[in-house]
Amino acid sequence: MADRLTERSNPPLRDPLQEPAWLRALLIGAAVLSMALLVVLPLAMVLASAFGDGFRAWWEALAEPDALSALRLTLFTAAIVIPINAIFGLFAAWALTRFEFRGKRVLLAFIDLPFAVSPVVAGLCLVLLFGTNGWLHGVLQEHDIKILFARPGIVLATLFVTFPFVVRELVPLMQQQGADEELAARSLGAGAWTMFRRVTLPNIKWGLLYGVLLCGARAMGEFGAVSVVSGHIRGLTNTLPLHVEILYNEFDGTAAFAVASLLAGLALVTLILKFWLEARHGDALAHSHRRH
Amino acid sequence: MSSLALPTTRLRSRNPLPGFGLSLGLGMAWLGVVVLLPLAALAVRAAGLGPQGWLRALRDERVQEALKLSFGASLTAAVIASVVGALVAWVLVRYRFTGRRLLDALVDLPFALPTAVAGIALTAIYAPNGWVGKLLVAYDIKVAYAVPGIVLALVFIGLPFTVRTLQPVLETLGREPEEASASLGASRFTTFRRVIVPELLPAWLTGFSLAFARSLGEYGSVIFIAGNLPYKTEIAPLLITIRLEEYDYNGAVAIAALLLVASFVCLLVINLIPLLFEKKAKRNG
Amino acid sequence: MQLHVQGLTKHYPGVAALDGIDLDIASGELVALLGPSGSGKTTLLRVIAGLLHADKGRVLFGETDATRLSLRERNVGFVFQHYALFRHMTVAENIGFGLRSRPRARRPDKATISKRVQELLQLVQLPEHGGRYPDQLSGGQKQRIALARALAIDPSVLLLDEPFGALDAKVRVELRRWLRKLHERTGQTTLFVTHDQDEALELADRVVVMRAGKVEQVGTPDQIYNAPATPYVFEFIGRANVLEGRVEQGRFQSGALQLDAADTQDGPARLYVRPHDLVLSEPGSGALPARVRGVLRLGGRVTSELEIAGHARLLEQETFDAGGAPGLSVGEAVHLRPTRYRVFAHAD
Repeated sequence: MADRLTERSNPPLRDPLQEPAWLRALLIGAAVLSMALLVVLPLAMVLASAFGDGFRAWWEALAEPDALSALRLTLFTAAIVIPINAIFGLFAAWALTRFEFRGKRVLLAFIDLPFAVSPVVAGLCLVLLFGTNGWLHGVLQEHDIKILFARPGIVLATLFVTFPFVVRELVPLMQQQGADEELAARSLGAGAWTMFRRVTLPNIKWGLLYGVLLCGARAMGEFGAVSVVSGHIRGLTNTLPLHVEILYNEFDGTAAFAVASLLAGLALVTLILKFWLEARHGDALAHSHRRH
Repeated sequence: MSSLALPTTRLRSRNPLPGFGLSLGLGMAWLGVVVLLPLAALAVRAAGLGPQGWLRALRDERVQEALKLSFGASLTAAVIASVVGALVAWVLVRYRFTGRRLLDALVDLPFALPTAVAGIALTAIYAPNGWVGKLLVAYDIKVAYAVPGIVLALVFIGLPFTVRTLQPVLETLGREPEEASASLGASRFTTFRRVIVPELLPAWLTGFSLAFARSLGEYGSVIFIAGNLPYKTEIAPLLITIRLEEYDYNGAVAIAALLLVASFVCLLVINLIPLLFEKKAKRNG
Repeated sequence: MQLHVQGLTKHYPGVAALDGIDLDIASGELVALLGPSGSGKTTLLRVIAGLLHADKGRVLFGETDATRLSLRERNVGFVFQHYALFRHMTVAENIGFGLRSRPRARRPDKATISKRVQELLQLVQLPEHGGRYPDQLSGGQKQRIALARALAIDPSVLLLDEPFGALDAKVRVELRRWLRKLHERTGQTTLFVTHDQDEALELADRVVVMRAGKVEQVGTPDQIYNAPATPYVFEFIGRANVLEGRVEQGRFQSGALQLDAADTQDGPARLYVRPHDLVLSEPGSGALPARVRGVLRLGGRVTSELEIAGHARLLEQETFDAGGAPGLSVGEAVHLRPTRYRVFAHAD
């Protein structure tokens, strides 16, 4: 019966599980256009304006003393905030993922709080604590400590805002990995520090790095909360983002964008590192960061 | 008579792993000092206003305009960001094209970019003499220093949330339900409408809520492009700082407390969404 | 509905998933596609369904060339290994999905659909489950619902992709028997893929043994088991003893063993015989001497391991445990003769 087919191959049929090609092209085009308008354009603007008056002007804006002290303050803040949030974050993640106790869910919810709070509100909270009539104002007066309109205030505000980053990376990761390896280490007689150093830390190192990266990026870019507590004193209590604001409000567009380009460069480096981490060590990060 | 009772040994610890007390203690202390203490200061101060004081502060017309603007713009922006985000997530997961990986990386840019940088960049682009602004001037469309500019900035910062909540769900969806639907005779559109969309709904709503919550409190990206005219283009967070500068702590606290409550409600909704959808399944048990 | 496959070929980079498959399936037959992973059985099923597209060849449903039809248009009932039930729809909504998704012109009214759904629920013996959701069902129940859903659209053929693969052993056996009964009731032309030979042999009217994209043999379970066409089929199905030897003038010889092998060409050859087709016999013409090296009793069967002079591998001989009979003892010398066997020429 067989009407034997010739050697000619079958022409390709439409995949039943795909939209028609024109629709696909339209959707891709729309997505790319939206992203270009929303995301690419601002980045391009920063670069164009920063270098619009030439490399010289860019460099001079950055080398300006107020800009340099803003840079120093930003780096100083990050250098304090990152280790604190990382170390305490580690402890918190350890407690949350290796033990059972009541109130675990509440604790986890509280850790997410800074994400839900507007940065301005965060700044306000600190003002209420340390400002005149604040709870801790009396204590501060006695010891002649200045929190608001000074570095400590900026550090505390940044600490608040970047609080969850490291914990949120470590908790799902450590939960996924489970306690088996650490239990094995203990059963073999390892002490707490040895267990941590030789079993836990190597397992979480990429997740930790990822969290630190996000924490640092946010710490250096924070604006709202710091704006409220800093007092905007040039050369003293201005971080890089605040300095950008001052320059912009003084209509010094090129300088503002020059400093902004520094921050944008930081953002790009963060993105690249993030991307690299996910690509190279995706299996060592929490599931939500797996890349295909 | 000699007793055969053995000396009781106390259990050293119920946990085979070390450091429970230390880690929990340190973790909670850190949480308490850095997060809870400041928030408590606000909560107490807000409570101290009493419902009367709170309402009085909120009855101020300027405050009301600012709140209306913040909520309205955030809502609009969250809707736009959800739609664009869904489009981008779909395209990233389902299609292969040159530059896909680049597009994927760019989605995170609004999240990584400092808000002030975003703010001045967006303003420069959409101001009447900016790249896009001057094109729109011909049509008498004002983006910068007007409400559309505020919405635009909020869409910018909301986009990563909407895309990133939808992406993993799309990725793990798998082909089989779609294959089953097609094998049963459904058109591509029917499959999309009746099989794919219901699966994505919880994640989509979560992304929307996250974008909304984030937009409500956003400051840096918005204050440059907003224009900040009282009663017109002044967002609530800005009004808080103005009240602070005027030493009107009560006024500032009233607004802040409202924003805080709104954020918490959003957080609650976000956490309830998966439960809500599970309950629907069990309803007809 | 008859199903014909002609010259189906599909290539992936570097490998031929399907290499010129020809198959004819009669209306109402229940056919198994059996083979190891990579044999092409799942690819074949998916090409027939329209989930994949072949590079060459045709698929015919009855007289219609279905090759050009899309998955939607082919009207096949496909049942997935992991059920693919729609999680957010009830069981009833799942089953009725195909009918409700028809274009308005062809769509039956709500009452008709409801009735059909209820009929199918009765058929798969889950009449009270219409309002449940898939995650409230057990694996076996989910599979039955998936079947009902596929049957609802009145398909031309039913295609099952490792239908019991995701189930526990016991459930698998029960569901196997249940499927056979269902098939007898509906008379639906059915094709199913499996790597489990017990399943294929027990369930199917005919079995298609596949390997590396080609069909090794098509036959009834009996034919496949007792008259394998190739060494591969012999070894893949059931257990096999293999003995090297030579064929000369229609006689197979290996050591003292002499057997009739009229159909096999002269030259080096191999003898294939199943453990239960080896019987003890008197020493004499053509019987194979062996020494018992081990005896294993399990589940009513006695398996003896026997050493043949000059052969590295031990032979297995199997008999049923005739309640209390002493059986063989280790070290004993015996003689064996195969009652049923195949001899295949073996080009070295």
